[in-house]
Amino acid sequence: MKFTVDWLKNHLETKFNNNQIIDKLTNIGLEVESFENSKSELDTFIVAKIINAKTHPNADRLKLCDVDIGSEKTIEVVCGAPNAKNGLLTVYAPPGSIIPKNQMKLSVSKIRGVTSYGMLCSESELLLSNESDGIIELKNNKYANKIGEKYFKNTSEKVIDLSITPNRPDCLGVRGIARDLSAAGAGTLKISKKSNLKYRGNQSINVTIKKEKVQGCATFGSCLIKGVINKESPKWLKDKIKSLGQKPISAIVDITNYVMFDLNRPLHAYDADKIDNEIIVRSSSKGESFEALDNKKYILENDMCVISDRSGVLGLGGIIGGTRSGTEYSTKNILLESAYFLPRSIRKTSKQLNIDTDAKFRFERGIDPLSIEEGLTKASELIKQICGGEISKLDVKKIENYKKTIINFDPILFEKITGFNVENKELIKILEKLGFDVSKNKKILKLVVPSWRPDITQSIDIVEEIVRIKGYEHINTLEPIKTRLKPTLNYYQKLFHFLQRSIASKGYLETVTWSFTDSKINQLFKENDDEIPIVNPISSDLNVLRNSIFPNLIFYLKKNLDRGFKDISLFEIGPSFKGKNPGDQLTVIGGVRAGKVSRLSWNDKERNVDTFDVKKDVIQSLYEAGINKDDIIIDERTPSYYHPGKSGGVYQNKKEKNAIAYFGEIHPNILKKLDIKTEGLVIFEICLDYIKESKQKIKDLKSEYKFSDFQKSERDFAFIINKNFKSQELVNIIKSVDNKLIRSVRVFDVFEGENIPDGKKSIAVNVTIQSEEKTLNENDLDNINKLIISSVESKSGAKIRS
Amino acid sequence: MSDIKKIKDDYIDKLNTENNIEKVNNIKSELFGKNGIISNEFKKLGSISVEERKKLASDLNNIKDELQNKISIKIQEIETKEINLKLEKEKIDVTLPERDIQIGKIHPVSQVIDEISSIFSEIGFSVEEGPDVENEYNNFTALNTPDNHPARDMHDTFYLDNNKELLLRTHTSPVQVRTMLKGKPPFKIIAPGRTYRSDSDQTHAPMFHQVEGLHIDKNINMGHLKGCLNYFIKEFFEVDKIKMRFRPSHFPFTEPSAEVDIGYEIKNGKIVIGEGNKWLEILGCGMVHPNVLKNVKVNPSKYQGYAFGIGIDRLGMLKYGINDLRAFFETDYRWLSHFGFDPLDVPSNYRGLSR
Repeated sequence: MKFTVDWLKNHLETKFNNNQIIDKLTNIGLEVESFENSKSELDTFIVAKIINAKTHPNADRLKLCDVDIGSEKTIEVVCGAPNAKNGLLTVYAPPGSIIPKNQMKLSVSKIRGVTSYGMLCSESELLLSNESDGIIELKNNKYANKIGEKYFKNTSEKVIDLSITPNRPDCLGVRGIARDLSAAGAGTLKISKKSNLKYRGNQSINVTIKKEKVQGCATFGSCLIKGVINKESPKWLKDKIKSLGQKPISAIVDITNYVMFDLNRPLHAYDADKIDNEIIVRSSSKGESFEALDNKKYILENDMCVISDRSGVLGLGGIIGGTRSGTEYSTKNILLESAYFLPRSIRKTSKQLNIDTDAKFRFERGIDPLSIEEGLTKASELIKQICGGEISKLDVKKIENYKKTIINFDPILFEKITGFNVENKELIKILEKLGFDVSKNKKILKLVVPSWRPDITQSIDIVEEIVRIKGYEHINTLEPIKTRLKPTLNYYQKLFHFLQRSIASKGYLETVTWSFTDSKINQLFKENDDEIPIVNPISSDLNVLRNSIFPNLIFYLKKNLDRGFKDISLFEIGPSFKGKNPGDQLTVIGGVRAGKVSRLSWNDKERNVDTFDVKKDVIQSLYEAGINKDDIIIDERTPSYYHPGKSGGVYQNKKEKNAIAYFGEIHPNILKKLDIKTEGLVIFEICLDYIKESKQKIKDLKSEYKFSDFQKSERDFAFIINKNFKSQELVNIIKSVDNKLIRSVRVFDVFEGENIPDGKKSIAVNVTIQSEEKTLNENDLDNINKLIISSVESKSGAKIRS
Repeated sequence: MSDIKKIKDDYIDKLNTENNIEKVNNIKSELFGKNGIISNEFKKLGSISVEERKKLASDLNNIKDELQNKISIKIQEIETKEINLKLEKEKIDVTLPERDIQIGKIHPVSQVIDEISSIFSEIGFSVEEGPDVENEYNNFTALNTPDNHPARDMHDTFYLDNNKELLLRTHTSPVQVRTMLKGKPPFKIIAPGRTYRSDSDQTHAPMFHQVEGLHIDKNINMGHLKGCLNYFIKEFFEVDKIKMRFRPSHFPFTEPSAEVDIGYEIKNGKIVIGEGNKWLEILGCGMVHPNVLKNVKVNPSKYQGYAFGIGIDRLGMLKYGINDLRAFFETDYRWLSHFGFDPLDVPSNYRGLSR
């Protein structure tokens, strides 16, 4: 909402200066976006100094000037003026400027092969005099320290631009703003002059508001003005319209716009001679169409509120008029409309047709339904004053009467909500100045809400009115209450933070990527999940919710590889979506590692990153996050985007369907499809939701500390076993021989090939044996050794290597 | 006896010039082995008279001690020499590079969320979460923003179906709704998380982060709201004083509503928070609207309280001097390394929020 201070003063008697007004507006909730001169075409012309003028290499008469325009760098301008010389102060016009003399817009251009950025101006080009022989010569003493400043002073009045919240339609007119300011003590609201307009005759065009299933118009007021001479608006009116940032059109149109911004009362003027017999306010039928004043043709749906005559649609009520009945300079007779349209209807229609106008913006928020006559009167008066003519009696048709809103307000609520007290007297004064009708019934205030405040419906709205006018600075700053109702984080939130930092501590950079992704990449990772398209995506390559954490990670990994980085470790923790309903999402950590380990190392052999690198990162992080070592089982089941032979899943239970983590190489097909070139690429994911909360807290496990001081023995075994036999199985078999004595089993060699039969492999393990009760003698150890060998051989079909 | 003395002197001489550990050991067994010279002398003691024996035994023991002492000194001497010689050869260049260091980092958004959680934890708030996909009711209607409300225009919403029933939440406020529907007052929560709006330019990203705050109890008023936010802002920016301004505004789900500005100035091209005479809008807040309380089955005549919503990314940008919002989500390795935080740098009250 834009307006000038002068315009405000038409409605407000005030001693406040501009800055005080600005501060007050912000303090009462009418946020000032800016307070500036309205833009002028002359703003671009600036004072400049020629630093160096040399001859143009391809033209003797032209000069090549280095010009100081107050910026860091000088600008090169080609100039034909004979008086262009070193040290001359003059006026510079940058590209984009419009030269007043010929209204030409400057662009960067090549003059005889040399690029010129803008131009240096003569007095005649700026319409200052007829002097056109050379460029302006500015006086040194006056301009030497003004280089880079505007040459022309902007004399336009400063414009206040307010950002009005959607609950305050009344402040979409200058009068409403003045009223708020007066309530806040910034002056007195001027009483509008009583009109002494003389009306002659009846409004002779018949108006009907049709009964409809959904009628979007409640009241239609009008008057007929005959014998007008439409023309250009007088200067005062033009200035007002310009200050709004709009272009003056004609007196009739400018007046209706002026009244709209002045009183927040949208009006519409029809050329009465173009109306076919009568006005019918009705609902549209699908397929009807009309040409609107924005020069677009609109095809209507059912149930849109239209103003029509016998020939068809004239315009969309409260949104936009039509060209067929528009006023022109030749218009003689006018039908002026001032109506009340229902916000819901306006909003629905304008959304469907995608139209936004000043009138629509206002009706949709709620216009004062009792302002119909005032609007007609004020506009008629101005029309008569500027364009002449004779005004008919006002004709107001309505199908609904306005019902007052009454609130019984208990002033105690004010202190209860805001924490401070305002005397009843002051409180009533504020409300009355805002237009409320206040009467007292014991301690309760009976309030009649002003008709221009559709936002006020209940007591809490009254509290807001009072506190905002009184000022938020009166609210106390109380010490925070430290009472705690429950622990800050629950198990899964703690797990989130633990795993996040645990993964990062293994050398991964955390990233945050969009929750949406490219369906083409998503497809490679979505498994059996349904694709979840976004109806209105921001772009076609961010068109689905990600079904997996990987599409974006892989996409950005590739970007970084393309930037020339080779060894990259990235991870993200965030949602992956399994369905389109709220809650169909999992919290997942995804990690990617690309490149080599020990690249260009002087002492270690370099190698590509591999599955066991990420396996370590995953398992270690799970341990660190408090997951019990003994609860973890590794299995081969992995999603299809992993390399089928070089990946694994981490399960908390053998029968569990969902892995808590996966790790391994990415499927080579995906690398090919996405054209990713790197020496090695391994990935992992941990799904937090699938991790089962341990029944015992880590702090409770601490009491179980046990250890043995008896001597421990180590024994090595090598077995020849089927190639596909899992080492984890072998370890489990050995452990199960004697859970108490066998403390650890470690695989330290795996070997295939020479001396090993086809389809077999050799696995060497180191077994630590220790008793809690005694030192084991040779005999005890021999027995265990035999038991280990026989168990392994019988349960796995392996043979001990001799 | 003189024989033995002679032998002893001979061996002492020998040992003095000997530098080979093996040869020293040979001498040791020559003297003290089973049939060693000294050992044999001791054996002879049994066959002589008691008087002689006393004298001889004492001499013999002295010689034995002297020789053994000499041998052990010699061995130590040679070993020390050998180790020194070995160490001389074993010198390495310690200025050669160590094995690769892989430095991981925590994203600024995560770090700021942890900072915020730590601050609010100190005054008794717990953390709640809600889904990224919401239904229209929780995101708008329950929050007193009915279908025809112009306030909906301020939220450019991503929809997942044509009926506009399912959407990506445009703010974290639906977590208020979920929290209150599933529990009983009082409520004292913050809810950080991802939020989505379909606009994208230098200062807007289609995804960003907010933290919601909610405190509902019997007598929570606007003074508590002011106190809570004043505390938060001071703690977050780690300053003693903060210039703060509450300005009336409008949100459908709070009434009265306010926007909060903080004072700042530009010093040497850098933004300084808390001083100066320029204002920067940083959050929206207000008293939870009675209509919202009714929608979530909380009796507004018994309970009341405040809610606020803060843009996390923007707060991080201000605190850590990050200029471009879009860069947060572009996964540039250089950016992540530069602006990321060490994983051990867990924001907490006693260790300080930041280093």
